[in-house]
Amino acid sequence: MSTTLRLFLGIFAVLGLASSIALGLRYTLAKGRPHAVIDNLIDRINAWWVMVALVALAFAFGKGGVIVLFALLSLLALREFVTLTYTRRSDHLALAMVFYVALPVQYGLIAIDWYGMYSIFIPVYGFLFLPIISALRADTTRFLDRIAEVQWALMLAVFCLSHVPALVTLQIPGFEGREILLIAFLVIVVQSSDVLQYVWGKLFGKHKVAPALSPSKTWEGLVGGVLSATLLGASLWWITPFTPLQAAGIAFAINLMGFFGGLVMSAIKRDHGVKDWGQLIAGHGGVLDRLDSVLFSAPVFFHIVRYGFTP
Amino acid sequence: MFETLARGAMLTAAHLLTGVRGVTVAPLPTSPCVYFGNHVSHGDFALIWAVLPPALRARTRPVAGADYWEKGTLRRYVGRKVVRAVLIEREREKRTVDPIAQMSEVLAGGESLIIFPEGTRNQTDATLLPFKSGLYHLGKSHRDLPLVPAWIDNLHRVLPKGELIPIPLLCTVHFGAPLTVAAGEDKDSFLQRARSALLAQRPAHIVEAS
Repeated sequence: MSTTLRLFLGIFAVLGLASSIALGLRYTLAKGRPHAVIDNLIDRINAWWVMVALVALAFAFGKGGVIVLFALLSLLALREFVTLTYTRRSDHLALAMVFYVALPVQYGLIAIDWYGMYSIFIPVYGFLFLPIISALRADTTRFLDRIAEVQWALMLAVFCLSHVPALVTLQIPGFEGREILLIAFLVIVVQSSDVLQYVWGKLFGKHKVAPALSPSKTWEGLVGGVLSATLLGASLWWITPFTPLQAAGIAFAINLMGFFGGLVMSAIKRDHGVKDWGQLIAGHGGVLDRLDSVLFSAPVFFHIVRYGFTP
Repeated sequence: MFETLARGAMLTAAHLLTGVRGVTVAPLPTSPCVYFGNHVSHGDFALIWAVLPPALRARTRPVAGADYWEKGTLRRYVGRKVVRAVLIEREREKRTVDPIAQMSEVLAGGESLIIFPEGTRNQTDATLLPFKSGLYHLGKSHRDLPLVPAWIDNLHRVLPKGELIPIPLLCTVHFGAPLTVAAGEDKDSFLQRARSALLAQRPAHIVEAS
């Protein structure tokens, strides 16, 4: 049986267990009646089934499949981010370029594996040309706010996220043909860290990390979640080119980045006066609510692997 | 047949581009009613349509200006067949039939209406233009008719005036509690009340220019 198949069977087994526990809680604790926490838990687990199924489908199509999947996720994330930003009529062309040129070009560069260009296309060329397009419309009202928010949207939703499918382009000696598992490692570790922080926080959470930003982030959740997700990462070493110790260290680094990503994205939401980025995923919120930790960990993970494990 | 396909395509496009969601504070009336919304683009009524439950959508028709929708074969086809618009003459001098009578006939036939009381697309920087009097006359001649405010949020950014390419942004339609014209209420105070009721549906997080 291939590693990928075993991995997905394992994930489905975990989801099956989670669903049985949640349904068990519905009939014992909630006695079948509506119960805010348990209903939300069931919504969240159901959404996980759909998300895992989509990732499995993309994996079945290989490199092209994951590039298309993450390009679509970038599109949805970008739409959520730009919706909450302040832009004016004069930014319309710049925004159209972001959606219809920058996004497809970035993923196209990844598809043709032009590392030198996809690493600078948005941070350098996007950075220089978008304000030029907006400036040509000669509307100076809150100019810097507007272009900065568009830049942020593009950097997070497209540039950072595109480092996930870019992992399949890395050529690691002795790991040929299994690069897609790097994506599985990143996504499983970081998303588990989110889930485990939630679980540890719900069970033992007392001391808030940043009450002004997020009422649900506690020190107990952070330490318990990050450490247990780090152990999970170590136990997944067999799907990676890493030794168990390396897997643990890398998992720890991306879990921390993921936590800080969630913190930064919460600050932006707070600033805009919303609780969630969107409503696309029942129980979770928007695509950005689910991916906030991945956005911040993906480029770091990509560079650790690229500089540490490719010749 | 073809009209059904075109309608489906239009609603699918609206959903894909804007991920539109409806937000209600009270259940929508199941009897004929009038939805009145802010008008910023030709897509406005499509968004209201897109968020109505299919059973209500099937018997809800937009009211639109005949001068615009009678121009050209394609527009006439879309206006009459695809969206089944109730076409009214906007300029008083050119009227041969009374728009209120046209609308009353549709309501009497058991169908609901979507109207935009600003009278035209708002292409200014103002949030909402003053209302024309049609909504008042309609409400006055049908005392029990529920008038439902429907604030369409964010669509003006999807395709601003003078732009050619729509961009994907999340839109919502916020329905308020239905109004009726009170006994003895005059035109100006009713229109003021209706306009405030529509403005009150705007979500709080909208980022305004300083």
